[in-house]
Amino acid sequence: MKHDVYAYLFIMSAVTLAIRIVPLTLIRRQIKNEFIRSFLYYVPYVTLAVMTFPAILEATQTPLSGGVALIGGVILAWHGASLFKVAAACCLLVFGVEWVL
Amino acid sequence: MSHNISPKPRVLKQNSTVLLEGMRDGIPIALGYFVVSFTLGIVAKHAGLTPWQGFLASFFNNASAGEYAGFTTIAADAPYLEIAIITLVANARYLLMSCVVSQKFAPDTSFWHRIGVGFDLTDEIFGLTVARPGKLNPYYNYGAMLIALPGWSVGTALGIMAGNSLPGSVVSALSVALYGMFIAIIIPPAKADKIIAKVIALSFALSLATAYLPYTAALSAGTRIIILTVLIAAVAAYFFPHHEAKEETAP
Repeated sequence: MKHDVYAYLFIMSAVTLAIRIVPLTLIRRQIKNEFIRSFLYYVPYVTLAVMTFPAILEATQTPLSGGVALIGGVILAWHGASLFKVAAACCLLVFGVEWVL
Repeated sequence: MSHNISPKPRVLKQNSTVLLEGMRDGIPIALGYFVVSFTLGIVAKHAGLTPWQGFLASFFNNASAGEYAGFTTIAADAPYLEIAIITLVANARYLLMSCVVSQKFAPDTSFWHRIGVGFDLTDEIFGLTVARPGKLNPYYNYGAMLIALPGWSVGTALGIMAGNSLPGSVVSALSVALYGMFIAIIIPPAKADKIIAKVIALSFALSLATAYLPYTAALSAGTRIIILTVLIAAVAAYFFPHHEAKEETAP
């Protein structure tokens, strides 16, 4: 490791806290710019989707179990399962598939 | 001008009641956080973090995607600027949530209460916050974060300590909990909004393509996340401007 872990943690924390606190303390009105509002609206979906796939296929011992977890998780979330249930179900699916293989 | 939410004399009692309500609502969040942050600890362990460092990271960030991206960056020994940009991009949604919550405050809410609420404005606590009717009492958020934040940060430290003592099959299974949580955040809104569904499908497709195509495959995962997020979200915002309803809730 060439870089200091505590420096990394400090930068991460400072950026995260600034993102959360600065608008709350400084911006007292709604953002009017439609493009910026729309951009911020879409960001979470894109970034979480990009992080999830195809990484989920590489996180498990075989791509198959990760793929089954992805499909199972999407189906459960689509039908309104809670965050906790979806996360737990994905784990169980991976464990089950890898146990069968 | 005081730090009180309401000018009524019974403010103290009201605040303690509201604090307890927040703690009650924080319990299911803490349980979910514990499991997810445990797996996040496994990622942190691979990045070379100690349990104490994992605890600090989770205490001050409390952001699954942001921390995951950060730990991946630390594991790659990337430049400091890269972790700043990746954290900014991964957590950009909190900018919007912070803007939304600023509208929930009474206008005379103090600077310190705004910082206090902002400190732990997570996806889940944001969900609780916007679901509360009327103006926001910061003590509600304090109650929720009092329960949820230890669940998250202690879970991360335990994941770093115990992650490696678990059998490979269990680690493999737990590794997808975080992705399961991301799925649970993005899929329900996709059901309600076809454009979001298309944006997610496009994100999946381009993420897969750039992970294997020449040139883009050589980039780090964090860099690909930044480029794809800015590109796809900008294109979506340009072609499908989002007209928000009054009580809009981001994921």
